[in-house]
Amino acid sequence: MAIPTDPALAGGLAGRAPADVATADVEVALESLGQWQLAWRRFKRHRMALVGLGFFSFMVLVAIFGPIVLPYNPLNIPGAQQPGGDPPSLQHLFGTDDTGRDVFTMVVNGARISVAVGGFSMLIAGMVGVLVGAISGYFGGWIDNVLMRIVDTFFAIPLLFVILVAARFFGEGQVSSLILIFGLLSWPLIARLVRASFLSLREADFVEAARAVGVKDARITFRHILPNAIGPVIVAMTLIMASNIVLEAFVSYLNFGISPDQTSWGNALANAQSALGLGNWWWAFFPGMAIAVTVMSINFVGDGLRDALDPRTRL
Amino acid sequence: MPHLPQTPGEPPPPDVLLDVRDLRTYFHVMDGTVPAVDGVSFQVRRGETLGVVGESGCGKSVTALTIMRLIETPPGEIVSGEIWFDGRDVLQLSQDEMLQVRGAEMAMIFQEPMTSLNPVLTVGDQIVEAVVAHKKLSRKAAWDRAIEMLRLVGIPEAPRRARQYPHEMSGGMRQRVMIALALSCDPKLLIADEPTTALDVTIQAQILELIRRVQAETGTALLLITHDLGVVAETVQRVVVMYAGKVVETGSVQEVLQDPKHPYTEGLLASIPSKGMRGTRLNVIKGSVPNPFRMPVGCRFHPRCPYAFDPCPDHEPPLDELGRPERRVACWLHTTPPFGLEHRPRYGTATPLPVARAAAAEQVP
Repeated sequence: MAIPTDPALAGGLAGRAPADVATADVEVALESLGQWQLAWRRFKRHRMALVGLGFFSFMVLVAIFGPIVLPYNPLNIPGAQQPGGDPPSLQHLFGTDDTGRDVFTMVVNGARISVAVGGFSMLIAGMVGVLVGAISGYFGGWIDNVLMRIVDTFFAIPLLFVILVAARFFGEGQVSSLILIFGLLSWPLIARLVRASFLSLREADFVEAARAVGVKDARITFRHILPNAIGPVIVAMTLIMASNIVLEAFVSYLNFGISPDQTSWGNALANAQSALGLGNWWWAFFPGMAIAVTVMSINFVGDGLRDALDPRTRL
Repeated sequence: MPHLPQTPGEPPPPDVLLDVRDLRTYFHVMDGTVPAVDGVSFQVRRGETLGVVGESGCGKSVTALTIMRLIETPPGEIVSGEIWFDGRDVLQLSQDEMLQVRGAEMAMIFQEPMTSLNPVLTVGDQIVEAVVAHKKLSRKAAWDRAIEMLRLVGIPEAPRRARQYPHEMSGGMRQRVMIALALSCDPKLLIADEPTTALDVTIQAQILELIRRVQAETGTALLLITHDLGVVAETVQRVVVMYAGKVVETGSVQEVLQDPKHPYTEGLLASIPSKGMRGTRLNVIKGSVPNPFRMPVGCRFHPRCPYAFDPCPDHEPPLDELGRPERRVACWLHTTPPFGLEHRPRYGTATPLPVARAAAAEQVP
């Protein structure tokens, strides 16, 4: 941390013990930084997290704007020169599939669905999880008991099968239903985290101090406790997003997910299976890489956030 | 065990701000029941300063939290007693009504300034929150009030400091903020629970001086809870000594510190290191605080008391007056024991108090 040296100050400090000088300097240098500014400062020190954030932001932009600017229609089937698709070329950077569809277009369009499924299911999980966890942790007693037993149930049943069945019955391959299913199945983790934080923060000295000046319960919950509990929740949410992107690919790969006439990374992988035997690696490789790199960068961001949002991490 | 002549359910005279009567707060935990506060009575007059002294676990803090109605039930339970505060019994108020009392009429300073402020809010915002909760003020006016309070507690550059977060401040500074926060709504009673224990010795003196000054300036009554007799000597007018959930001695600070009547108070005073005792072993009260699940029968101090005699293990001494209502002690050495028992020592040094004290004085070179 660069400390601006004020000559007058330095003169005034000259006679003091070294330790004193250090504290005084820091006091002078410190700007008033809030929780988020401090977190951002710590986050910036995490290089991989920055790279991850960069790539992920890029992916989001691609998901939003990519399909608009691309020259190819992903549903147009011009037919390929070779059985199993054409290799990468200048017209088709990532090659084509067996029907001649551009794999690059496929990856870009797939980004839209994959990021949407990951992102929105994360938001649903976050909202439900925070609400349930906060109620459970703050009120305790039988409310806590009921809610936590529900959470236990979620952890006890093999979710994968539930997802497959639910996707088949409610989804019919729609993105929105997949988002709902993923979101409504991944909140229990968040709820547990939030509850645990609330249980310990409820006893925190500053909560007692807030009570002692007459702050109301609702205000204590949302203004005093929640902001202090939010760090681990945000980290868990990034991890849920990453795992839901993988889950989407997986479910689509099994043909339980996004309907085959839409392009998602999982669909692309599923269709590419047949081409792998012919040595046509590009059809599977690029969507696969898209999944891997996106998930990895989200996990790096999560890692960075874990350090950045933990108030015990000092600069 | 009435402190001053009083009828249950009857408010104390108007000059008495806080009248705690026979308060019992128990905690029901898995291993049984802990009588943390077990029949405590004392009074604080308007603008007066009272110290509550005792070692860790004697029920001082629980007493304070009970007065604030901050005891969580369960596990805590206010079993009996009355807490008359400014003309009403706060034990009869609903939690909603308490929201209006807490912070506005009675406020509290906690022991740990490092953790008693919310790390994610600026200190100014935290004071504003308290002010807005109790006073009909705009945010702007509340912010000005916050800065005024920070100035009052001697924080330099108050407008800038108000926008800082707790982690940007030292422990002493944070305790100043806590004091500003507590006083922001002009409470009639300020409860300070070990306000200097977590601070450096040099800062302790400053904070005590600050508490004394703001107490005098604002005219609020002060209930100072501490284990440190030095702090009491410098800060308060009257003292209540607690042991194992009970009041064992009360009096003016001079009376209690210079002429302790209860063997426990005497032990506390004797265990303060001083210059004249250099090279000698530090006096300690032998034994340890009783197991709260199995409080001794009779006088709770008797297993550790050097003067314990016949009535002590079986009969609990009443908190009797010594000449005037505010000078009291709960000890059979100073009260006629029941059933005509003699002052016959039974445990420990087996020497009556005055003799033992004289002997101790001779040993000091």
